[in-house]
Formats: sequence, structure tokens, C-alpha cells
Amino acid sequence: MTPPDEAHPNAFAQQARDALQDEVLTGALRRATDLFGERRRAAIATVPDWQELREHARKVKAHTLAQLDHYLERFAANATAAGATVHWARDGDEACAIVTRIAAERSASRLVKSKSMATEEIGLNEALAARAREPVETDLGEWIIQLAGETPSHIIVPAIHKTRQQIGRLFVDKLGIPPTDDPDALAAAARTRLRAHFAAADLGISGVNFGVAETGTILILENEGNARMTTTLPKTHVAVMGIEKVIPRFDDLEVFLRLLPRSGTGQHLTTYQSLLTGTDPGGEGPDELHIVLLDNGRAKIAVDRVMRETLACIRCGACLNACPVYQSVGGHAYGSVYPGPIGAILTPQLQGLEQAAALPFASTLCGACKDVCPVAIDIPSLLLELRRRAVDGTPGQRPVRLRRSERIAFGLWSWFARGPRRFRFAARLARIAQRVPLLSRLLPPLSAWTRTRELPTAEGRAFRDRRRGGNR
Amino acid sequence: MSTRRTVSLFATCLGDQLRADAVEAAAAVLERAGCAVQFDPRQTCCGQPAFNSGYWREARAVARRFVDLFEHVEAVVVPSGSCTAMVHRLPQLFADDPDLLPRVRAVATKTFELSQFLVRELGVTDLDARLDARVAWHDACHGLRELGVRGEPRALLAHVRGLELIETRTCEACCGFGGTFSIKLPEVSTAMLDHKLDELQAAGVDVVASLDASCLMQIDGRMRRRGIRVRTMHLAEILAAR
Repeated sequence: MTPPDEAHPNAFAQQARDALQDEVLTGALRRATDLFGERRRAAIATVPDWQELREHARKVKAHTLAQLDHYLERFAANATAAGATVHWARDGDEACAIVTRIAAERSASRLVKSKSMATEEIGLNEALAARAREPVETDLGEWIIQLAGETPSHIIVPAIHKTRQQIGRLFVDKLGIPPTDDPDALAAAARTRLRAHFAAADLGISGVNFGVAETGTILILENEGNARMTTTLPKTHVAVMGIEKVIPRFDDLEVFLRLLPRSGTGQHLTTYQSLLTGTDPGGEGPDELHIVLLDNGRAKIAVDRVMRETLACIRCGACLNACPVYQSVGGHAYGSVYPGPIGAILTPQLQGLEQAAALPFASTLCGACKDVCPVAIDIPSLLLELRRRAVDGTPGQRPVRLRRSERIAFGLWSWFARGPRRFRFAARLARIAQRVPLLSRLLPPLSAWTRTRELPTAEGRAFRDRRRGGNR
Repeated sequence: MSTRRTVSLFATCLGDQLRADAVEAAAAVLERAGCAVQFDPRQTCCGQPAFNSGYWREARAVARRFVDLFEHVEAVVVPSGSCTAMVHRLPQLFADDPDLLPRVRAVATKTFELSQFLVRELGVTDLDARLDARVAWHDACHGLRELGVRGEPRALLAHVRGLELIETRTCEACCGFGGTFSIKLPEVSTAMLDHKLDELQAAGVDVVASLDASCLMQIDGRMRRRGIRVRTMHLAEILAAR
């Protein structure tokens, strides 16, 4: 199996094959994604105006993304006025340097962190570990992943690929607890250890679900209370927020709060919603709130009229659970922080198409992702656009080096499909090739087909030939 | 059956070559529903294989022919949800061509998938068919999600004498074909399908039916490899059966 740290988006095919060999993994994935799918369906069944809500949310996002700089400036100004310190980070390195500097200046060495995909994206834990300040992950799933030395395989359920038996063995191994796979016992073991970390922590790091421009408020959603403690117990709170997370008004939250928990976990509302506006000097909460606004490729997407929609994503994970490819191979096969359908459109844009060109092709375009997306992102159309860009290139970006045989094949296909006589000739050749067993086993693309399937058996003559022969 | 409609049958490249019986059945069913059926032998493909793979230049050349060929007919009926959805997607392919775009849109609005045409356009659900079989329906993705075809095939199947429709939990799950996906990632492609096949096998059906030759080719090829003795039938073949 490919070690997680060597996984690469463009090695999707190999990584997916490896994943399919692991029956424990595929079983765990299927059970979990089916369960989340069912919960989601039940939760949205209680909302009669679900489609209108999605449409409304999509419009709010489209409006905001079309004038992102305006809303970001408002957000920064209002957050600053409320007592927060706002930092702008062009890329991951800058963001990591900012967080590291904040920790170093305060001699903070005991760091806790709540779940955040933006910090996974920029490798913040590694950057802090290099300065002997590695934070302790406090979300249960994320903590399991940290103990196991792995990476999350789902954007809201980081350890979705693990069974409780595997987690039990991990805890015995790393924490020295008596053997058990009882979820309550495992959670209790985690709670005891994590409480000690919270009590001692001098700096807390979190992500952000929504940043409200109107008030400078950040909202963090979670179920375990760990984010609440991460953001309130330590003296300093650092929130890392992707710039696409900004929304115009406080009232907009009403819509997104109805959409996100239902889509993500099938809950009507998450157990905790922490709305944090600046600091309260002398009062409760941390003395300092730092908000790191992270670009890392997002601003470029925001000015791309066709692909901009990608940034409307509210990271609910519904498209992962609904995707039959993700359900079969899991998140690690994508070799990217963001897996599944959203990862297949986001990663090639964040990292560059050349670096992740395999991902837009890792889909049957079945459309299940678009159906479940709470902001109605047309993921299949965006996948198609990225495929086109891989083939054609874009201004300033050369075509991706795809297989030459494929370019030739489509050139030939196009020629043969442009006239009935050529078409009939090509079809005859294909019929002959198909009947020769050696060719069907060795000649691509027949050989790829026959690796797992039998070739179709043509039903007598082609329809066009039957018509021509006067048969009907 | 009201006014006699003249329809032009688009066989689709896969249907024409690999499922000619299904295309023939589609023609028979349309005639039974009171249509005059034309077949233009100059037709080839809608352009989808290249379009879905990112080769839009190659796809345009082929799709243009489709537009040229069918823009003057009354209605185009296609025994495939996927190819119909592709024709409906053509405006995306020709977005940069303002001269052609109105013609592309016009062709798209009069192109229908077979069950969609029968039920929505003609208002026909009973075709006097008979098939004694337990049949599982596979909702082909593009028909289901791009065209919204869900009730139409079921309404048609409900009127087939002797047919018992078996609804499976995974009827809306993708079969894993996905065009070149099936040969780029063959193991993933069939793993996706195996999940469905396990359920079909447990349900003990005689037939798995759908409205796309491509899905049927994938399902049939894998079932034969796995030794699952279930027949695949195109919706048109069921509706033509007596």
C-alpha cells in the first residue's frame, strides 16, 4: 500500500487499486457513507423549502464571491474594531509563519487545535512541529488520525476509514488502555487525555466555518465541545480562515445553518455553534483573537468566472458520502487534502492542474454530488471544464501531458464519426478486433475493459445495416 | 393516440452497433404509439465520448454534424438518457459560437429520451406489452439527474403484463461505466458496480433493465464475468415484447 505521505493526486489509479484490496477499509467506508446518506435524507425531508434554501445559499455565495475583496475588507475592518487582530496570508507558508510567530512571541508551547481543513491544507501541524510546538488535535476523529500518524480521509469525518476495532487496537498501543472496542470506553479514554491538554494549553488553533462581514464575527460548528474549549480556555486563540468563508450579513447564517448540519451529518443543528466576535477584555474567553485570512490560490479561483463556483463550497462533505467513487475507494486514494468530488475540482485549482490532472477524470459524471450539494455547485460541469483545460491548456498554462495515445485516439474517433461510410468501416474493424481473443486481451482499450468484464456480444448486424438491407 | 407525430430516431453509436435489437424495438414501440419513424442513415454519434474526456475540438466536429442532420426534423427520439443529456448539454460545448448557438439550442429542445417522449410528449403509458419476469430497474445517471427521468420508465413498466418490478435500494447508484472512466479505472469502475450486483443477486431477479445501452453493456459484461445469470434488457425491448 502507498504510504499516506507519499500519496499523490496523479497516482489516483494505483492508490485506488490499493484501496480496493483492503476489505476492512471498503467495508467501513460503505457502512459509514451509507449511514450519513440516510441521515441526510431524513434530515432534509423535514425541510419543505429545501430547494429554495439551496438556491438562496447559492445566490448569496455567488454574490459574495463576485466582490470578494469588498466583503473581506469589511470583515477585516469589523473584526479589528471588535478587538481581533487580522492577518493576511498569501499562501500556506505565510500562514504557517504567522501562526508560528504568534506562538513563539507568546512562548506558547502547549497548543491545542480543533478540526480544520484549511490548516491541513497548509500543513500547519508539521510547520509547528518543526519548532517543537506541535498542537494536540482535540476533535476525536482528528486525534485518532494524529495518534495513528495518518491524514484525514474525509473532510468532516477524518477517521471514517477506520473501524472501532482498529481504533481500539490503536488506543491499546498508544495509550496503554486495557483492550476494548467499546465506543463509550474509547471516547472516555480520549476525553480524560484531552481534558488534561485543554487545562494546560496556552494557545488554541481553530478553523472557521463562516466569517460575517457585517460584524466581523466568526462561526465554528462542532459536536464535541472541543472547539468551544480550544477557542475559550487558552489565553490566545488563532483562527485560520480561507478567504472564501466570508458571507455578507449575520442574517445569512440562518440559511447556512439550516443547510450545513443537515447535509454534513444529518443533524438539524450541530451540538455547538460558537459565534466569536473579537475579544472581551477583562471578561471571558481568550485575551487575544488572531484571524489569519488565507488565500493560498483562492483569489485566483475567485476571478475565474467559470470555476469561481468552486469557492461556494461550505465543506459539508455530502458530496463525498454520495459519490460512488469515493464510497468505493475512500479519501486517501485521492492523494489530496480534499478528496471526493469537491477535492476533484478544488485540488487541481489550488495545486495547479498539472499537479492533480488525474482527479477531474476520477469520476463517472453521475451527478450524485450535484444533487446533494447544499449550495447546488454544478460539480459535473466543473469537472468537464477542468478536463477540457487539461487537454487544451489555458492562456498561460500549457496542456497537461496526457497520454499521447489518447490524443491520437480521439483524433481518429472524430474523423471516423464524421461520415457514415467511415463510421461503418471503423465499426467493422472494431467487430473484427473484438472477435480475436488475443487482441481483446492485449489491445487497449479492449484489454482494459476485459481486465474486469466480458466484451459485449453484438446482436447480429448493426441497426443501420438492418435498415439498409430492407429489414423493416 | 392523438395526432400522428413524425419522429427521427437517433440510434446512438453504441445502440446502433451493439444493441441493434433495442434500437429496433424502440422503432417498433414508437410506431405502436402512433408515430411515423424515420431513420437517417447519415447519423453517427452525438460527440459525448470526446466531450466528456476533454477533447472539445474533436467533439464539436462530431456534434456539429448532429445539429446539421437533425435541425430540420420534427422531433428526435433517442433510446438513451446519456446521449439525450449530451444533446441538451451542447450549448455548453458551443458557448463560444454565437452563430451556431441558437441552432444548437433549437435541436436540444426537440430531442427526447424514449420514455420521456412516450410519457411526457405522447401521454402514452400502456403499449400492450407482455413479459413474464421479475425485473429490476437501473436508473441510468444522466437520464435520472440531467433529464429528471424517474417516473416515466416506471409508469411504462407498470403496464407491462406479467412483469414484476423489483425496486432495489441501489437502483439510483451509478453502474460505474462513465465512458472512458470504465477503461481508465477498470477496477474502480467494476467495484462500483459490484455493490449493485450483490443486491440484484440477492433480490433474485430475472432481468435488469435500463434505458442506456452503455450501462447495460457494463452491467452485462460484469455479470458474465462473475457468472451471474441475469439478463439485461433495454426498456424498449421490454415494451416491444408480447
